[in-house]
Amino acid sequence: MREKVNRSGTRDERSVAPLSRFSVRYWSERLIEGGMATSALLTVIVTLLIVLVLGRETWRFFRDEEVTIWQFLTGTRWAPLAGGTRYFGIWPLVCGTFVVTVVAMAIALPLGMVTAIYLSEYAPQKLRALLKPTLELLAGIPTVVYGFFALTAITPFLKLFVPGLGVYNALSAGIAVGILCLPTVTSLSEDALRAVPNSLREAAYGLGGTRFDVSVKVVVPAAVSGIVSAFLLAMARAVGETMIVALAAGSMPQLSLDPRQEMQTMTGFMVQMALGDVNNFGVEYLSMYAVAAALFLLTLSLTLCGGWVRRRYREEYQ
Amino acid sequence: MTVPVSRTEADAAGQPPADEAALVFQDFSAWYGDLCAIRNVSMRIAEKQVTAFIGPSGCGKSTLLRWINRMNDLVPRARAEGQLWLHGQNVLAPEVDAVQLRRRVGMVFQKPNPFPKSIYDNVAFGPRLHYRMSRRELDELVEWALRKAALWEEVKTRLHHPALGLSGGQQQRLCIARAIAIEPEILLMDEPCSALDPRSTMAIEDLIAELARDYTIIIVTHNMQQAARASDYTAFLYDGQLIEFGPTRDIFTKPRNKKTEDYLTGRFG
Repeated sequence: MREKVNRSGTRDERSVAPLSRFSVRYWSERLIEGGMATSALLTVIVTLLIVLVLGRETWRFFRDEEVTIWQFLTGTRWAPLAGGTRYFGIWPLVCGTFVVTVVAMAIALPLGMVTAIYLSEYAPQKLRALLKPTLELLAGIPTVVYGFFALTAITPFLKLFVPGLGVYNALSAGIAVGILCLPTVTSLSEDALRAVPNSLREAAYGLGGTRFDVSVKVVVPAAVSGIVSAFLLAMARAVGETMIVALAAGSMPQLSLDPRQEMQTMTGFMVQMALGDVNNFGVEYLSMYAVAAALFLLTLSLTLCGGWVRRRYREEYQ
Repeated sequence: MTVPVSRTEADAAGQPPADEAALVFQDFSAWYGDLCAIRNVSMRIAEKQVTAFIGPSGCGKSTLLRWINRMNDLVPRARAEGQLWLHGQNVLAPEVDAVQLRRRVGMVFQKPNPFPKSIYDNVAFGPRLHYRMSRRELDELVEWALRKAALWEEVKTRLHHPALGLSGGQQQRLCIARAIAIEPEILLMDEPCSALDPRSTMAIEDLIAELARDYTIIIVTHNMQQAARASDYTAFLYDGQLIEFGPTRDIFTKPRNKKTEDYLTGRFG
């Protein structure tokens, strides 16, 4: 490197600058670091506050003598607004959520998986450059639109084939939620597939594998941790999806596994409560928090499961 | 079909005689897009011998190797001209199915690349693709391939453990076992020792000598000592051209070309 020389021909003064720690650069560096740490901390604090509020209101709900935790967790009838005896058994709501999620996953998992394999292993560069943004566009559509779509397009269409389908039903809501989850499954699975090192593909091709052999027998198994965690993430999304089910699934809690029926999901009930003009301090209003807490625990466990699968089945490549 | 290289012309260049050739390159050129990677190479690879491709980085030796099993089909814009005869069949002919071809040409790569499966499943992968075998036949084949790759004694008690738990040298021998389990006619090795320590390298070189009794082996190497130790024939490539080709002893002791001599004595490369 060329030595810096100043006009008088001697070495530049800067090379003998004092080596003090407490320079402007030092303090600005500290300031930047502090700012970033505060932002990160803020996220944590907000999350904690939400959980705190949820916990407090849930506790208030169970403190009411009208309902016990046992009744809440084992009851099979949900009728918080009924005159006379009210029932707070969460199972009908869990059932609604379950049916909608199963329908959604039955759509999103196979379709998303096949699309991901096609995009990652088969599609030519140009087609992928076109297909992937299109797919991600699906993720950008507001969920209200999906809800309308389910109510005004999917349900009338399904009525042509499915006898006994109500105006509100879990089936079309589930299908709409499935379409909503499709980009999540596809995008994350595709990332997982593409992260599989090319050396493994070459090895499989070198042994006389067809493209299908290579995709299904080598690449997918090698990416299984990423794929499963994509599935779980999509499932968490489906469980928590609100707008579609509020619009298309109906508002009648039922303990049934028949997707043709009107059902209310956990999220659907919360919308009804939060929007309806019920007494803000009554036990029926507080039940919303208990349901929310149950939902939170459900999605949290799905997320934790996903993290565990990712760690457990991740392959270390050189 | 007769192999289209005249005896006199090839013998003059120190090549093995035509009737002993497993593989013949005839006016072979290869491109990546507009970039010419191989220019007019003609040579004959002897049956059941070890042939080494040497030359500086980017000289085209890996490209040449990867056309033999048409691995380059997977590279967009890669193409080749001329002829490449494998036991009398032109590999580059449009009607040749690359997938079928690769059953007959095994390949071992630069970095050990075992599948994230068990040791057993790695070796059984090729046979399972191509043959319907009983469990016992498959067990026997896996044992045979692992013995052939000098790995059996080290892994026989943990066949169903993950292959990624093996050391680098063991992984590479596993990849060799995996390649020979489909009983190929030719074994291609693309710098098989470049990621290994000297001990493992020695084990692989011994293995190559052993395997050459049954297989035609082509090895690409950066390591000139390795070419000298492990091969019967050596091809020196430079800038996409075949500069010199002949018995390894001759190439290393009395190179005919000035470039070969310069490369072997370490003046460049």
